[in-house]
Amino acid sequence: MIKTIISEGLPVDEKLIIRKNIITGKAGNKRLCIVTGTHGDELEGQYVCFELIRRLNENIQFLEGTVEIYPALNPLGLDSVKRGYPTFDLDMNRIFPGDVKGHLIENIAHQIVQDLKGADMVIDIHSSNIFLREMPQARVNVQMADQLVPFAEMLNIDFVWVHDAATVLESTLAHSLNVIGTPTLVVEMGIGMRITRAYGDQLIEGIINLMQNMGMWSGPVSDEISTPQLSTKGEVCFINAETSGIIIPTVSHSVDIKKGDLLCQIVDPFEGTVLEDVLSPVDGLVFTLRTYPVVYEGSLIARIFSKKCPKS
Amino acid sequence: MKQEILFSMKSPYRDEFKIQGFRFGEGEKSVAIVGAMRGDEVQQQFTCSQIVKNLMEMEEAGLLVPGHEILVIPSANHFSMNINKRFWAMDNTDINRMFPGYEKGETTQRIASAVFDSVKGYKYGIQLASFYLPGEFIPHVRMMNTGFQDTNLALKFGLPYVFVRQPKPYDTTLLNYNWQVFDTQAFSIYAGDTNIINKESAKIAWTSILRFLDKMGIIKHTIHNGFCSSIISEKNLQSIMSDSAGILYSLKESGDEIKKGDILAKVLDPFNGKVLSEIFSPITGTIFFAHQKPLIHEHTVLFKIIDFNYSNEVKNE
Repeated sequence: MIKTIISEGLPVDEKLIIRKNIITGKAGNKRLCIVTGTHGDELEGQYVCFELIRRLNENIQFLEGTVEIYPALNPLGLDSVKRGYPTFDLDMNRIFPGDVKGHLIENIAHQIVQDLKGADMVIDIHSSNIFLREMPQARVNVQMADQLVPFAEMLNIDFVWVHDAATVLESTLAHSLNVIGTPTLVVEMGIGMRITRAYGDQLIEGIINLMQNMGMWSGPVSDEISTPQLSTKGEVCFINAETSGIIIPTVSHSVDIKKGDLLCQIVDPFEGTVLEDVLSPVDGLVFTLRTYPVVYEGSLIARIFSKKCPKS
Repeated sequence: MKQEILFSMKSPYRDEFKIQGFRFGEGEKSVAIVGAMRGDEVQQQFTCSQIVKNLMEMEEAGLLVPGHEILVIPSANHFSMNINKRFWAMDNTDINRMFPGYEKGETTQRIASAVFDSVKGYKYGIQLASFYLPGEFIPHVRMMNTGFQDTNLALKFGLPYVFVRQPKPYDTTLLNYNWQVFDTQAFSIYAGDTNIINKESAKIAWTSILRFLDKMGIIKHTIHNGFCSSIISEKNLQSIMSDSAGILYSLKESGDEIKKGDILAKVLDPFNGKVLSEIFSPITGTIFFAHQKPLIHEHTVLFKIIDFNYSNEVKNE
C-alpha cells in the first residue's frame, strides 16, 4: 500500500510529495523501515527498494510484521539530479531532527523523523557522491556501537566502520533517530549517480537475513551471508592528494594492497608530467577509492582499512 | 598596510587560488575581520573591501592607534564567487562548516585550517556572515551562547540589535564558534543582504565595525554612537509561516514597525492572481527578518517578528 506521508505546496501547481510503501505480513508487530534518497544524486538505494518490494510481494507468506520502504526522502533532488534539496541551501542530512517553525525542508525533516519514530529498525541507505566508490559498508557512531554492530553484521556487507562521534553527524537522520530510541543503521555503498546491481543484491540478502534474526521472516535466507571486517579503533587511513591535477588509477576498488603499492598517479595534462605517485602507507583493504579524475590538493583519493593505521 | 598571500593552491586548469590578507599596524593581535567565505556573499565581500579602503585612508592620516595589529581577509572563496557558485567550486562543500580545519584533510578543510591559523589568537574576531534562508535582516550582531560570549562588547558596534542564539550541533564547525573556543571574542555581522550589493546596509555594517574599533581604542574614528542596541534571543522572535504556496506579495519589510492585526503579505494564485492567503501579524513588534524571494512554499518562514514582551530576558552570561 502506497501511503503519502508528506504533501506540501510548491509555488506553482505542484505538491512536494513524500511517499512510502507499506508491506504488511500475516502476523507480528515488528516494523522495519528502509529509507533512501536523502541526497538526490545517490541512486544505489533505488534498486534495493525495487527489488526488495518485488521479493516481499512475491513471498508475502513469509513476512511477519511490517516493512515500510521510503525510496525518496528528497523527491525534488532525485528528479532533477541535485544532491541537495532544490531551493534550499543546506544538505538535508545536516538539518535533522528538523524544525516545525523553519523552512519547508526543515519542517519536512521533522515530519520524517516523526513518521519513522518507533520502528524496530531503520536502514538508511546512501551511495557515495560522484567522486568516490564505496564498498558495501555500515557506518556506526561509537556511541551506538554496542547496540547496532550486531545488527550491522547481519547485513551481508563487507565492512563495518565504527567511527568517533563527530558533532556534525549529530544533525543526520540516523543520529536523530538513534537518540530518540529508534535504532538506525547507515549503509554506504557504490557511487553517486549510478546503480551497482551486485551491491544491491548483496544488501537485499542481508536485509532478509536481518529480518529473519528479528523474527520478521520465516522464508529461506541465503546461506552465504558474509561476515564483515570490523573497524572499531580507528584502523582507517585517509589518503589525500598533495597535488592538484588528474589522477590515473593503478589499483582496483575493494582489493588488498601492500605498503608502498602505487594507488594512482597525479599527472599534468598540459606538460605530460607525473606530479605525484600516490603510494599506500600501509598493508590493507581499499574500501573507498576515488573515481572522479580531477583532484585538488586535499581531495580524498582512498580510505584503507588496516590494523597498522594510527588511530585517526 | 602589508598585503600578504595567506594561502595558495594550484588548480588543475584554473589560475592559482590565493587567499589574501591585509595587515595593518604592529603589536597586539587586536582584531581579525573575515569577509566572504561563500561564493554568493557579494555583500560581505563589498563590505570588507570598504573596511580595507577606510583603514588604508586612516593609516595614511595617522589614525591607527600604535600597538595594534588588524588583519582583514576580504575573500576566502572567490573560486566559487567567480563562477556563481555558493559552495566550494569542486565538491560543493562549505568552508564555514570545516573549522577549525585540518591541514592534512580535504581541500576545504585545508582552506579552513589556513584561514583559522591566520585569524586565531586575535583578541576580537569579526565575520561578515550570511543566512541560509533567502531574505533580509535588520543589520545586527549575532553571537552564539557558548558561555564565552560577552554581549556588552557587542553593544559597542551600535547596531540596532544584538542577537544571541543557542548553538546547534553543526555550529561547532563554524568560524565564529571556533574563535570563541580559542579565546577570541567573536562577532558575526549580518549586513542585510547576500548576493546583491545593498550600499545602505553595507555602509551600516562597515561603519559599525569602524565604530567598534574606535571604542576599543584600536583606531581613532570620530563617529556618532549608533543605536542603543537591544539584546534579543530566539525567545523574542515569533516566526510567521506561510499557510499556502504561490506568489508572495509582501507588504512589509525588515525594520518595519507593525501592530497586531496588520496585514504583512498576501499569497497569490500563480495562475489567476486571486488571493489565496492573507498573512496577518499576531503580535505588535518589529520585523527582524523578511523572506525576499517572489515565490513561496507552503509552511515556510515569511517573517520573524521581534516580540518585545520578552525583552531583557537575555542577560550577559
